[in-house]
Amino acid sequence: MTFEPTIIAFLCNWCSYAGADLAGVSRFSYPTSIRAIRVMCSGRVDPALVLEAFINGADGVFVMGCHLGDCHYLIGNFYAQRKIKMLKKLIALTGLEPERLRLEWVSASEGARFAELVKDFTNQMKALGPSPVAGEKPDPNILENLLAAKAAVEDFRLRVLVGREGEMVDEGNVYGEKVSQEEFDEIMDEAIAAEYIRNKMYIMLKKVPQSVKELSKRLNIDPRNVLRHIVILRQRGMVAMAKVEGTTPLWAALEVGGR
Amino acid sequence: MAQQKEKPRVGVFVCHCGINIGGFVNVPQVVRYARTLPNVVHAEENIYTCSAEGIASIKEAIKEHDLNRVVVASCTPRTHEPLFRGACADAGLNPYLFELANIREHCSWVHMREPDKATEKAKDLVRMAVARVSLLEPQEEPEIDVMPTALVIGGGISGMTSALCLAGQGFKVYLVERKPELGGMLKKIYRLYPTGEEASRVIGDYVNAVMGHKNIVVLTSANIKDVKGYIGNFEVTVLKEGEEIKLKIGTIIVATGAIEFKPVGLYGYGRYDRVLTQVELEEILKGGKSAIDKRFFKLQRVVMIQCVGSREERPPRAYCSRICCMVAIKNAMIIKEWYPDSDVYVVYQDMQTYGKEYEEYHRRAREAGIRFVSYTKGSPPEVTALPNGRLKVVVYHALLGIRRELDCDLVVLSTPLIPYEDAKELSKMLKVPLGQDGFFFEAHVKLRPIDFATDGIYVCGTAHSPKDVGESVSQALGVASRAAIPMAVKRLRAEAITSVVDESLCSGCGTCIRICPYGAIQKDERGIAKVIEVMCKGCGTCGASCPERAISMRHFKDEQIIAQIHAILRRVAA
Ligand SMILES: Cc1cc2nc3c(=O)[nH]c(=O)nc-3n(C[C@H](O)[C@H](O)[C@H](O)COP(=O)(O)OP(=O)(O)OC[C@H]3O[C@@H](n4cnc5c(N)ncnc54)[C@H](O)[C@@H]3O)c2cc1C
Ligand code: SF4
Repeated sequence: MTFEPTIIAFLCNWCSYAGADLAGVSRFSYPTSIRAIRVMCSGRVDPALVLEAFINGADGVFVMGCHLGDCHYLIGNFYAQRKIKMLKKLIALTGLEPERLRLEWVSASEGARFAELVKDFTNQMKALGPSPVAGEKPDPNILENLLAAKAAVEDFRLRVLVGREGEMVDEGNVYGEKVSQEEFDEIMDEAIAAEYIRNKMYIMLKKVPQSVKELSKRLNIDPRNVLRHIVILRQRGMVAMAKVEGTTPLWAALEVGGR
Repeated sequence: MAQQKEKPRVGVFVCHCGINIGGFVNVPQVVRYARTLPNVVHAEENIYTCSAEGIASIKEAIKEHDLNRVVVASCTPRTHEPLFRGACADAGLNPYLFELANIREHCSWVHMREPDKATEKAKDLVRMAVARVSLLEPQEEPEIDVMPTALVIGGGISGMTSALCLAGQGFKVYLVERKPELGGMLKKIYRLYPTGEEASRVIGDYVNAVMGHKNIVVLTSANIKDVKGYIGNFEVTVLKEGEEIKLKIGTIIVATGAIEFKPVGLYGYGRYDRVLTQVELEEILKGGKSAIDKRFFKLQRVVMIQCVGSREERPPRAYCSRICCMVAIKNAMIIKEWYPDSDVYVVYQDMQTYGKEYEEYHRRAREAGIRFVSYTKGSPPEVTALPNGRLKVVVYHALLGIRRELDCDLVVLSTPLIPYEDAKELSKMLKVPLGQDGFFFEAHVKLRPIDFATDGIYVCGTAHSPKDVGESVSQALGVASRAAIPMAVKRLRAEAITSVVDESLCSGCGTCIRICPYGAIQKDERGIAKVIEVMCKGCGTCGASCPERAISMRHFKDEQIIAQIHAILRRVAA
């Protein structure tokens, strides 16, 4: 049997969902791969929901909104765009192909475009093959990475950066200081990498207490960086020293008020 | 925290929609499958769930099986959700404990060639809907008061008609026209097809009626500067001659009309002064025969060219402008009447003289001696100047397959009505969409042709698409009655789907306050975010962005969406 991808599509009520309706009214056929979840606005698509879909084995996630400038809620799709931009960078760190996540704009009058996009994305996913975390035997490594990514987007820092990007770049802070898009992207890239690694470390330490050296080896990053992250995780009350083996401290994850 | 919830008892109603669904999806199989799903206590199929019988059977089943959740698997929620929610409410169930699975637009109609896969997909869609509905919570819609005052933007025939109709029902109306005078396009038109009445007389009567009505305030030379608020409670700022006027408005009608396309560069327009558009011809005709004689001495031969700049391959001008065929016939007959010895040619691609009057109109024109010559898009006519100042038109006759040269005194180009450039700005202020062609775009082409998706704002006349006076007036009367409904009811239920802040999680960072485009979130005295519910439109962007994840969306909670994701992938999070 040929591989049939499962694609989850988040469609905004006003444009892309209506575009999908119009594809139906016009009888434009497209592959059966897609399962639509209706949300009021593409801006509603919390990055954690996208990762939840990948963790559960979606081969692709398609987010669609109104064309920029046409959002029923004026600017929700700009926020969607920023979220997806951040997510793609984050997903690239996990070993899952970032192309599995796609954002497109479809208006209520673009039934043909909707059908074409579904066809195109389905073909793209067919060429890519099943998600490494789909099916009975998900790749444990990538799965763990995705869980770390999800924890990262549930945390304060990335969310605040995404939520304030427009403001920081276009309007500047309360002192009227603006950052350029490049500067912002740099800050963002650094934050994505750091938050991802910290959450990855947290998940690893949850399984078994480990030393900085062990973590450094497993994650393939400089022990000094590992130590820096440990310090921050400790400040956040997420890890603590479990015991000392010889002269090496072993770190363990603390239970944090999970939601 | 979570209250003790009663166990969900879900009823599933799978619709055949005649053969629309049933012809491609195995409905009985979907029903059997639905019965196996968790929480489902009843499942049935209906020929038309939206019919009176279908609705009755939902209500009965709610009573008989003590259902506390309902799923209908049929068509799109964008058209049918209100109906089915109403059925739930009638049976005593909170209407938000309902979910539609769209197995028609999103399934049977797009997978017609793959019935097995379509059936499997329909099952998945039902499973998603059952998973979601099981977690839905009852919602209440807050009530809002509606100002019994309407704003009509645009003082053409459409705007004046709406204004008079609403004023006649006792509502106060502000009619805002940016030109110094009312009347719109018709001020430039000579006679009206199909009756031959003088446009100035029609307009004159309307203007008098509008100006004399005690319930209508006419603001000419006035522009809309800003629109805030929502149905029932819009706050509109109008700029009139440098002065700002603030209005409190219940409903808004967009009747801003359209202008004609100026075909610069086509068929010598802009180069030869004997090449005119139909509007320019109308303006000369208004001066009577003497005005024509003065400008062209005497008309021996006139050629009108149809579809100039319309029906193009691609938007924005891919549409048929609908009125030009009749306009050309009308003006051709006027010229023929004034100059019986002249030849009048209408060079066309297709004569779109639809409906009962217009085909007759076309026949009369042929009988009167107007000559109709067809051309194809591939070989359009060519217009050049003759040494004596007259024009030469070369036509490739599509039916006879011959080339003809016509020397003539006047070439008239039938160009489409096009939207105003700045309709975009108005559309942004009102938060209503424009279509690909730049005209205002209705909520649904068949079912809600004069509503916008945004409540309390309506569209009529040529602001929506090219149409003639009769059609504009019908729509204008239509929007007047649409706008009258909320104003007559006086109280409305607002959106129940709003955001909710969990105070114990909010750190007061203010991200949501900056994100909300409606200014619906403010800080309270403690510095904690607070939602002003009637202003919240329920987009959910604040919740998806809140750094503390302190905001949830009513009816679109994370857990409800996650249930759908899990239902699709049939795997519970690792
Ligand atoms: C050459 C020609 C010949 C025609 N002949 C006929 C005919 O014989 N018979 C027939 O039935 N129909 C005819 N029509 C069609 C007819 O003109 C239209 O159906 C009619 O004018 C539509 O009226 P309206 O009020 O919708 O728009 P309009 O007449 O265009 O009026 C719109 C008004 O809104 C104002 N406005 C626009 N934007 C704003 C804004 N932002 N703020 C405030 N005010 C604004 C404009 O200034 C204008 O006054 C003809 C059209 C053309 C072009
Ligand atoms: S409910 Fe929808 S799908 Fe069913 S009959 Fe009515 S229109 Fe058709």
